[in-house]
Amino acid sequence: MSKASKDTPLQAEFRAHAREWLQNNHPGRPPVQLPQGALELSDPDALEWLQGWQKSAYDAGLIGCDYSTDVGGGGREDCQRIANEEMLAAKTPYLPNIIGLGMGAPTVYFHARDSVKQELLPRLFSGEDIWCQGFSEPGAGSDLANQQTFARRDGDNWVINGHKVWTTLAHFASWMILLCRTDKEDKYNGLSYFVVPIKSKLGDGVTVRPLIKMTGETGFNEVLFDDLVIPDEYRLDEVGAGWKVAMTTLSHERGAGPMVTPNAGGMSMREDSSVSTYSTQSLISMAKTQMRNGKPASDDPLIRDEIVKLHIRRQAFLQNMRRSRVSALTDHPNRIPLQNKLVSSELNQDLPQLAYQIQGHASTLSVADDKAPDGGVWPVAYMNSFGVTIAAGTNEVQRNILGERVLGLPKTK
Amino acid sequence: MKTQPDNFGFGEDEGMLRDAARKFFQDNASVDELHKLVAGDYDPHRESECLWNQDLWRQVVELGWTAACVPERAGGIGMPVVAAVALAEEAGRCAFPSPLLATFMSTFVLDACGTSGADGGLEAIAGGAAITLAVTNRAGSLESSDTDVSVGDDGTLTGTASFAQDARKCDSFVVSANGNGGVGLYLVQADADGVQISPDHIIDLTRDQASVSFDNVQAVEVAAPGSGDAALDAALPAMLSVLSADMVGAGEWLLQTTTEYAQTRVQFDRAIGFFQAVKHPLVNLMIEIDDAKSLAYNAACAVDVGDEESIDLARMAKSRASDMAVFSGSRATQFHGGIGFTWEAYVHIFFKRQMHSQTLLGDARYHRMKLADVLISPAA
Repeated sequence: MSKASKDTPLQAEFRAHAREWLQNNHPGRPPVQLPQGALELSDPDALEWLQGWQKSAYDAGLIGCDYSTDVGGGGREDCQRIANEEMLAAKTPYLPNIIGLGMGAPTVYFHARDSVKQELLPRLFSGEDIWCQGFSEPGAGSDLANQQTFARRDGDNWVINGHKVWTTLAHFASWMILLCRTDKEDKYNGLSYFVVPIKSKLGDGVTVRPLIKMTGETGFNEVLFDDLVIPDEYRLDEVGAGWKVAMTTLSHERGAGPMVTPNAGGMSMREDSSVSTYSTQSLISMAKTQMRNGKPASDDPLIRDEIVKLHIRRQAFLQNMRRSRVSALTDHPNRIPLQNKLVSSELNQDLPQLAYQIQGHASTLSVADDKAPDGGVWPVAYMNSFGVTIAAGTNEVQRNILGERVLGLPKTK
Repeated sequence: MKTQPDNFGFGEDEGMLRDAARKFFQDNASVDELHKLVAGDYDPHRESECLWNQDLWRQVVELGWTAACVPERAGGIGMPVVAAVALAEEAGRCAFPSPLLATFMSTFVLDACGTSGADGGLEAIAGGAAITLAVTNRAGSLESSDTDVSVGDDGTLTGTASFAQDARKCDSFVVSANGNGGVGLYLVQADADGVQISPDHIIDLTRDQASVSFDNVQAVEVAAPGSGDAALDAALPAMLSVLSADMVGAGEWLLQTTTEYAQTRVQFDRAIGFFQAVKHPLVNLMIEIDDAKSLAYNAACAVDVGDEESIDLARMAKSRASDMAVFSGSRATQFHGGIGFTWEAYVHIFFKRQMHSQTLLGDARYHRMKLADVLISPAA
């Protein structure tokens, strides 16, 4: 279903440019194995190749389209969406600087001073600088405002001490968006927001240590600040306005902010397989090859019912997204958008959960075992799915948000 | 799969119709009035009564809503199925006791017949008649070729149709009957000689249901023997769409009413909606309602653009709507606590309507079983 027919003349021109450029400049197969998404990147060679792709896409005008030109953007109106559609249709690789593009860029754009935007955003868009997000702490998970990392004013500088956890991509990051405390007396109004250098300050106030996921894979980290000194110009918005700035970050993370996140992908990461752990078709194909009680699992009426249930929920999710764009068919503008993360992450958990259960004894085999069905991707996908149901506001917090902001039930806070 | 318009074909006319219906039902069909109307007698062994507001129904007919999807060639308005979906949703929101759903379904079936006899039935609907389907056998089979009625050599009908919805509110029946060459469809006047309506005693207070017996009854053929089951099958996607929409409306009433109660009922010094044991299931219900609603619109739109896969999309809608219907009644009753368990509260009226709707035209598991045959492989 193409939306091209509704493009304005400027959008149509841009779409044609994007399509033609992608036809001639698709980067092709990566020389190294890539993980399923940017959040799992751990191989520096894989990162470097993806950075090359992001830079070429940026140079062609497909990234940062809707940002103003003085900060390295394309100066266009409502064109990132079109670039995304074309990049997804062209089955490109994903973009590596996912946190910078999705959360760093809009936050810096709306809250940093002009000199900082001009300094940082071009290299963020190009992917030359990788960004990470410093929100979660050992004692500040769902209760995000319980920040203990502290920034102390020292003349024109700030001195930062504290401990951040679950910091995806910090091992590659040049910059971090940082929420921390500047006033111990006021929980919400005592927060401030900064951008802080990471790579250039390693060993000079910053330590990055890998955290190992339950799958044994790396990908996220803990970051320790020990008297890190940064200039005041890297503060976003006013001292004490950190919670407000964080809401800009979070609304974009939930896909409900004004800026559309550059988004590419669609290229199969595995040359030898078309298995997608997000796809009911892949689930069905697998179920046809797995035996239960001497028959294919796909013949078992209980398994069939579970597969179809998931298929219906997936179709409903897509139709909800479609309906949310028709204002006449939505009584509350945020009712469906705020379901997005909750519903998609639970679908992407329940699908591989059913898949590994279908596999019976074969589900015990790890990725290291040649006999594992589909290379062992289903149990790994199931385990990794908890990253998404927990991150970015646990799904319990998402349900609070929906209950409070949409239904109007009493607030937890 | 055929391309659908992004807005489900829900244009300005459909929006105005929906808004008018919402206002009309808000103004005229309050739940207080409904309770007075249908819940006067709590005796579980009470007589089977047909309780509805005929004056209100006449207004609905005069507004032209029952003719919304009747083709213009038969004197109707010729709107798409999404228009009927919008109306059904608003009627469901007030558990409106009426033959509205029945008449929509009969419209879809008669339109699928494509005969002059069927067009006569459509003209009757355009003229204000209410018609229901009498196409189910005693066993409650969901196969369109199963019927306990037969056609004699003289063209008269004999036998019994079971589970006819809102039968006592309707002027005519569309009856499926075995003839020479297979199942045909026939239009029968409710007051024709030889017709006997035997009401069921049902739990749902907002509907009536009956067995309709025919003893050598004169009938108008609307689909010839051998083509009746195909017409019923062709109409099924639209029928499932409007029924799902009614359930969405009723589910939304249960959600909103329970949410309001959870905002005001205080225990442990807090409104109970503060507690996540209450808050989170209400959010889950909201998501299920949204799922069913979007799937119903998607299915209706698929019918409107002539998509052959509309039956699969409609089965998805009814499956999700049926599960949601059960969940909505269950959580609304539970979260109202003791008062929700009484006859005095209004919750049970919608609870029972949802119980009834979840099985009509096939329940959630039935449609998933049918979908599995298409999505996975034919049943082993």
